[in-house]
Amino acid sequence: MILNQFLVIAAALFSLGVYGLIVRRNAVMILLAVELMLNAVNINLIAFEAVIRSSQAVGQIFTIFIITVAAAEVGIGLAIVIMIFRNRQSANVDDFNLMKF
Amino acid sequence: MSFESWISEPINWVYLVFGAVVLVSGFRVVTTQNVVRAALYLVATLGGTAALFLMLSAEFVAWTLVLVYIGAVVVLFLFGTMITRAPMVRDVGLDTPKARPVAAGLSLILFLTLSYTTMTAFGSREIVQVGEGTDTRILGEALLGRFVLPFEIVGFILLAALVGGVTLARRDLTPKEEEERSSV
Repeated sequence: MILNQFLVIAAALFSLGVYGLIVRRNAVMILLAVELMLNAVNINLIAFEAVIRSSQAVGQIFTIFIITVAAAEVGIGLAIVIMIFRNRQSANVDDFNLMKF
Repeated sequence: MSFESWISEPINWVYLVFGAVVLVSGFRVVTTQNVVRAALYLVATLGGTAALFLMLSAEFVAWTLVLVYIGAVVVLFLFGTMITRAPMVRDVGLDTPKARPVAAGLSLILFLTLSYTTMTAFGSREIVQVGEGTDTRILGEALLGRFVLPFEIVGFILLAALVGGVTLARRDLTPKEEEERSSV
């Protein structure tokens, strides 16, 4: 195994996340695309950790932190989407123009 | 390392299988027109990622990924789908069709840039597989030793997310309901 094969798959997953972020209109689907991007970062961290092999497994520690923060982000994000849906009867980001100038 | 010697290692066949699972289901997450299917394809992507973590001898993180993401986050997504009454069947309004060529070009450029940069920067460094993987004891000692402050901060973030989620998603009571509740 070489490091590159994991870096390429992470780059591909991150690009797919960017594609979804731009193309999706439903707010829940945008959150799904963000999850893909966070997951790509996790693959990178674990792959570098497997090469470096630091004594305290720092790459894996940071992956655990990212997983935790991502879980919190999904919880808050979905709560916000549900609240906006309750007020505007839509989960479509094109309809959320409250903060548009 | 030549391609022939790379492909002759059995572990790289495992990598090709799970890499294909991750990429194909990741592609379906962003292209499918069905919300529930997108969440289920995300499960396949995360499962493939967990398998890649196992290959990289990160067992604890792999199972954390399975528990937290597949067990909790995807369930949360399915609840979000149901509550926002997104159509469970094929829905044509999920995408902005106009944005598709721009998004595809942009993400292709991003992919080429990222992979070219990382490939030239890190060369073809070998990952040596160790038999026993990472000791969870090392992770626990690092989390509660050197990284205890970030650990506490992450705990506080989770508490804030919990309180914030409850506050945001709670329905405000009408004055009449509030009166009834206080009288009981």
